[in-house]
Parts: sequence; C-alpha cells; structure tokens
Amino acid sequence: MSLIATLARLEAVSTGRARPAATVRHRRLSDRPLVFVPLTTAGEAGAPLGALAGTDRDAPRLLVVPQPRDRDLRFAFLAELSDVVLPYVDSYAESVEAAERTETDPETGKRVKVEVELCADAPQLIVPSHAGVEFVRLLGRSMRFRRTVEQDPEAPYPAPPRVPLLGRWLTHFGERARVPGSSLLLAMTELLARHWATGQSGLEDQHLGALLAWIDPPAGETGAEAALRAELAREEGQLVCPPAGPATDPAFDNKLLAPAIERYDRARTALAAAEDGLQADDRLGELTAAERQIHDLVLSRTLPTWEKVWAGIDLLRALPEGAHVEERWTRDRWSFTGHRDRVLAGEPPQPRRDDAVTAANKLATREREQARLEAQEALDDPLVMAGRRLAGEAFAGEVVDVVMAYSEGKRPSPRPLVTVRTDDRPHLGERAKVYRSLGGKPQSAEFAGYEGEGLVVLRILDKMGRGKEPEAGSVPETGDRLCFTLFEHEQRGGAKLPDPEETPWTHGGPPGEAAPETPDTVTEEDVL
Amino acid sequence: MDKAALAGALGSPSAFGQSQFALTRGNAFEAKVKADGGAELLRLVHARLDPAAEPPHEAAVPDLSATGPEVRTARTALALREATGAPGTWTLLDHPMLALDVAGSPAFLEPDAVVVHPDGSWTVVEIKSFPMLDGSADPAKVGAAARQAAVYVLALEEVAARLVDEETPAPRVRHRVLLVCPKDFSNLPTASAVDIRKQRAVTARQLARLTRVQDIADSLPEGVCFAPDLPPAELTAAVESVQAAYAPECLAACELAFHCRDRSRAAGAVTALGRPVRAELGGLTTVDDVLSAARGESGDPDDPAVAALRRAAALRAEALAAAGRDITLATTGVGVAPCR
Repeated sequence: MSLIATLARLEAVSTGRARPAATVRHRRLSDRPLVFVPLTTAGEAGAPLGALAGTDRDAPRLLVVPQPRDRDLRFAFLAELSDVVLPYVDSYAESVEAAERTETDPETGKRVKVEVELCADAPQLIVPSHAGVEFVRLLGRSMRFRRTVEQDPEAPYPAPPRVPLLGRWLTHFGERARVPGSSLLLAMTELLARHWATGQSGLEDQHLGALLAWIDPPAGETGAEAALRAELAREEGQLVCPPAGPATDPAFDNKLLAPAIERYDRARTALAAAEDGLQADDRLGELTAAERQIHDLVLSRTLPTWEKVWAGIDLLRALPEGAHVEERWTRDRWSFTGHRDRVLAGEPPQPRRDDAVTAANKLATREREQARLEAQEALDDPLVMAGRRLAGEAFAGEVVDVVMAYSEGKRPSPRPLVTVRTDDRPHLGERAKVYRSLGGKPQSAEFAGYEGEGLVVLRILDKMGRGKEPEAGSVPETGDRLCFTLFEHEQRGGAKLPDPEETPWTHGGPPGEAAPETPDTVTEEDVL
Repeated sequence: MDKAALAGALGSPSAFGQSQFALTRGNAFEAKVKADGGAELLRLVHARLDPAAEPPHEAAVPDLSATGPEVRTARTALALREATGAPGTWTLLDHPMLALDVAGSPAFLEPDAVVVHPDGSWTVVEIKSFPMLDGSADPAKVGAAARQAAVYVLALEEVAARLVDEETPAPRVRHRVLLVCPKDFSNLPTASAVDIRKQRAVTARQLARLTRVQDIADSLPEGVCFAPDLPPAELTAAVESVQAAYAPECLAACELAFHCRDRSRAAGAVTALGRPVRAELGGLTTVDDVLSAARGESGDPDDPAVAALRRAAALRAEALAAAGRDITLATTGVGVAPCR
C-alpha cells in the first residue's frame, strides 16, 4: 500500500468516514449487471444451499436447495440457475458488430486482416465478495464435466440439459476474473475497496457490510460504529448483518438451518411412507411447509447482501468512468465473443488443468494486463498518478523553457529541449525515457540532464510530424503544466509464443492427441 | 483459561464457531478414511510416501484409549516403542496423544493418525475435509494443515529422542507428512505428501523464543484475576496488565481479538490498520501523530518518514483538488441496507 493510501485510511479513521481512493471509476459497470448472491453448505465442496440472482433489483430470483446433500435437488438448483444466467448471457451473444482482427494466413503465412464479429456488449456478473468469485469458479468446475442424457445415455445421474453449458460459462467468467482490470465478473468488496479507503484494515474490508458502513454510514453515526455493528451485532443469537457468503454463519447453521433441514428430511421420509392418498396429502402439506421454512431462511440471509450489492452499485455509478475503462471493456467483449464462438463451434469444455502452452499464454496475458492496468489507472486518475509521483515513477511540473534543437544526420528532425520545473523527485537515469499523453497518444522524451534544483531538461523525440518544423501543438510551450511518466503508457506484449504445434517438447509441446476429459466420479454419498 | 468466556465478559464476544454440517462431514470423512483398520489410509501412505516398502496387507492398530491425557500420552509412547521394535510391520496409531512443552507448560496434542512404517520410521497423517480439486487444494488451508502437522512432528521427535538406548538409535520422524483430503466433489479420499521441513523449523524457533508462561505470570501485578464474573471495569484492567500487540491478523486466530482491536483503536494505534502501515510510518505510531505530522503541525521535517508523509499529503491534496470535488459529498443519500 502506498503512503498516499495509508494517509487516506488514517484520514478516514479521524473523520469517521471512508475517504476517496480514486477520483474516477476504474471498472466498467454494466447498465444491466446480473447480481449473484450464493450461499454454500459448510464442509461440502460445491454444494450450494441457495442463491439470489437476477438483473432486477426489485425482483431477485430465489433459488434454494432444501437438502444440499441430495444430488437431484442440487441439479434442480443448477438447472434453475442456468435458466437465470444463460438467457442473460445469450441476450448479449446475439447483438454483434463488425470488427477486424489480424490473423496469420495459414497458406501464405502473412499477417492479414480478417473481418470478424465482436459482441456489441458483454454480460457482467457481480458477486458480493472475492469468496463469491471463487465460488463461481468452483460451480463452473463442478458442472462443466457433467454429462446430460443426450451426451451420454449411459451416464449415471445425468445432469439437466443446460447445466454443463452453464458450467462452461461460469468457468469462463471465473477465469476472466483473474485478468487484472477485467470487468466480466466483479466482487463488490474489491470494487468498493479500490475506490474508497476506509478506517479499517484491508482484512476487515472484505466484510461487505462493514465496508459499506464506512463509505456511507447512517446519519449521526461514524463509520467505525456502523462497521462494528455490521460485523458483530446479533439479535437472538443471529448476526443482524449476515455474512456476504457464500459461507454462512455457524450460529445460523446450527440454530436455524439444521433443525429446518431435519424437519424437511422427516417430512420427506414420512411422505414416502404414506399409505393412502389422504395421508399423502397431509404429509405433502408438511413437506411444503418445511420447504417454505428453508426458503424463508435462505432469503433472510441473502436479501440483506443483495441490497448491499445494489447499494454498492449505486455508489460506484456516482463516480465518472475512467477514460481507459472503455478500452479494457472492449477486451472483455473480445474474451466473451471468443468463448461464445468456442461454445458454438462445439469445442469441449475447458480442461481440468491447462497445458503448458495455454498456461504460459495466460500468464503472459495477466502480466501484460497488470502493467496496462497500472499505467491506465494512473493516466485516468490524478490520485493514482499522485502515488506514482510519490514513488518517483512520474513527475508533474511547469514548462519554463523550450529551446529548439535538431537531430544530427542527413535529414535533421526536430528534437526540442524542454525544461520543466518540478517539485517531484523522479528517479531519472541517464537518457531515461519519459512519456506524456498528447491527445491520448504517448509522446516520448529523453532525460537530458538537470539544469538546477528541480529543473529537468527533456529532449522531445517523436509525435512532431515528418517535416523539419514540428507540427503545431506537438511541442510543449512555456507555461504548460505537464505530467511525464517513467513507465510506458501502452504495453507491448513480449515476443509472441510459437503455435502449440511448433512448441518444443521441453516447453510442454507439441500437444498430443486431445483426450476428452472424463466426467467426475459419482459417489454413493452424494445421494441420501 | 477460557478466552471465549473472557471475551464475552469484556463485552467483545468472539465470533468463532463451527457449523455442525462441517463437523458432521469432517467426522464422516475421517471415519471413512480410517475404516477397515485403516486399510485405505495405509494404502495411501504406502503409495505416496513409501512405495519401496512391503504393501500394507495387514496392520497393527493398537488400542490407545485411556482416561486422562497423561495416561494416553504414556500409552502412545509405549505403542510407538512396540511398533518401532517390530520391523517389517505397518502400525496405525489412531488419534494418539502427544505432549509438547509450550512456553514452559505442557500442551497435549492429538494428531489424526500416526503411521509407523516397516522400517521403523514415523509419519504424521492429517485428515482434512477441504477438497483437493484436480490435484490442488486451497493453499491457505494446506499451509495451516502443514503448520499443524509440524507441531505434531516436533512432539513426535521428543518422543523418539526418549526411545534412544545403547542398542537402538532414535527412530526417524519423517519430515514429509501425509495430507488426506476428499477428491474433487466426491467423498473418496486422496492424499498428497507435504514437505513440512520449513514449517517445522519455524515452529521450533518460535517455540524456543516464546516467553515462558511463568515469566509472564511473574510480571503481572499481585492479585490480578481473570475470572469472567468480575465487574467489567476490573476485568478490563486485569487484561490490560498483560501486554498485547494487536494486528488485524489476530481476528482470524484469537478469541480476544475484538477486545484488543477496540483497545488498539481507542489508543489510535496505526497497527490496527495492518502491520505494513506501521512499517511505513517509522516512529509515528498513532493516528493523530501521523496526521499532525502530515499537516506539518508536528514532527521533525528532517525525519525521512515525516518528509515522505508531507509530500504524500501535498500530492494527495493536489490530486483531489485537480479532480475538482470532494467525493465524500457525492455519496450521501444512497439506499440504506436493511441491517443498518
């Protein structure tokens, strides 16, 4: 954490209210995000207990698994979830615009432009916390290898038709969430913590209720008091502000949920043992009541979180969007379009473990996107740039002198020398390259030396046109206030990796025959 | 001492607890792993740690039950001695009891299982109910399990050292422990060998450095009492007399963390915001000190921490002014969540 962020936290402590950590919004917020508030069963992997999901703040869809250990009920839940998520995803898959992409022509080996489709917008999933992101990945993993009756008539316990597809989409969302700066799947706590500094530690910021309490405390209360209440206050032994999940509070599990599930199990056994129609009717009534109770319990734990996620969305919408967010969102759209095409082309689900080539590519992408994100956030947001200036990676100042000079050579080009007065202390090495933004494009300059205390002389190198005289407006003028960075504004990817077929065996290639992934083994324990 | 009761009496109850679902599931899984005299468990130990040894067709499972931890510890030591003295056989010790000296007072430990190999070496087995998904598990949980196993290894090494006599050298305690977890989404056990040499070294060093409980007790004023039924003010004063260095990491580990956090916040300690924050600020330890130094009202401008702080404050103010607004004003009046 930079000293500026620390200072913001300390200010928050003393003012009792979160302080801005960003002046613009650094992530895309869709006009119609799908909010997903899942709950899971303690101790089980991938056994959802229920969820609230939907795009309409006032009409969330409640999904509940009354007995999380029952495979059929779990499948019913997942089928319902796919009814919510897949139509939403599909609604973005249809509207496309034409775009160009450079591809290597397989015959000539040349780089050519190809016209391709790009989805005009992309879906966006918002979960309450980072644990929710992990849960989306886990759900994706648990579903994408399932077999439906159509795929494999022999499969024991076939999954409902669209469940494996939902698994592939959730896997894609989960995978994309690991790319820095992407917005396909967002965790509300991370979003809020990126834009506000609270008076508590980063660890405590993972509690959505406490985080919101700091950012927007109720009237007459400080953030610290409200956050404490959100964390700890209990009524009749239950947390007033339930955890944002997917894990539930143990007290809730033990005091409320366990008896309700027990009642449900009893009612189910009784119904199965019913001897005649009349008795069955009665017992069905009891079963429905038991189910109703579990529904109410799940709703009572997810609805507060649902409201909070939307409150967070409101807070974030009040911030103007950063200038480069659109560009990063376009990358998300490419990623979405790419996965849509893979699904349409009938490719198999994402493998359990990436092969070496894919893993290397993913890592390279994440590193490049991380560097891009850091550069773009600084350019979009003076507060982030302040942090870079403090770290000596950028400097701002006023131009005090411009001396025209030319390069040596056959065709002299303009290489004006610009003197900037700055209070910052950049770490400038000899002939270090610096960049400034000129009409959205980076103009580079070279450090030529110090002329005195706080006077930096720079030699402008490019973006001045082809002529002997620089184009109007391309050279700084005396009195201009400029900000130069020591980091590059646009990230060049490293050397491109060879195609999988060309990869030597020392680096995990070339790939062997693609073996279809087998579905997960089914155990007795999954069924009651 | 019951720290949870103490925390409750201090007015900052702890929030620890385990869901009965997790408990049931964990117990069911452990029972499954140890079923049939530990056949599955021994098969995993053989496959993952000792494939060169004779496969464990049958194994001795000595009865370790006894009343009281001391007796159980003695029985465990006896069983270990017998098993080590019978080369060529596998022995499974189900829930043995070990003793370890922690800060001058004995602590009793109960590993899930200890296996004695045919060559007489010992292996600690940890059975956990978090899943191993496609061959990898949550690193945080694996780390916690490894630290836990390291403590067991240290305790076993003490037992091993006591078995030395003229003829026999001390039996070897293996530094690779076996972590048994459910495979993927199923209930089938799978296992992985975890090298705990590092955790063992760290734990051993920490144990050696711990202030002895006796010394802490000696440093307390006469007549201090931590009985939860004391009046809160008296109790708070008593707890105050023991030094505590709160950091946010405590919240995950200690029942008294919320109490310490209250005290730490009330004192304005910057560590309440995290250890890295404290490290950044040099000699400035309270929020007020830092803020007044940043405003230029106090502090020595030649102190590098103070100078950096002032530059940071100036840059931050400049950036916020450039953004043209105070964002806190823009956030009021947004929908209020029901639990506030």
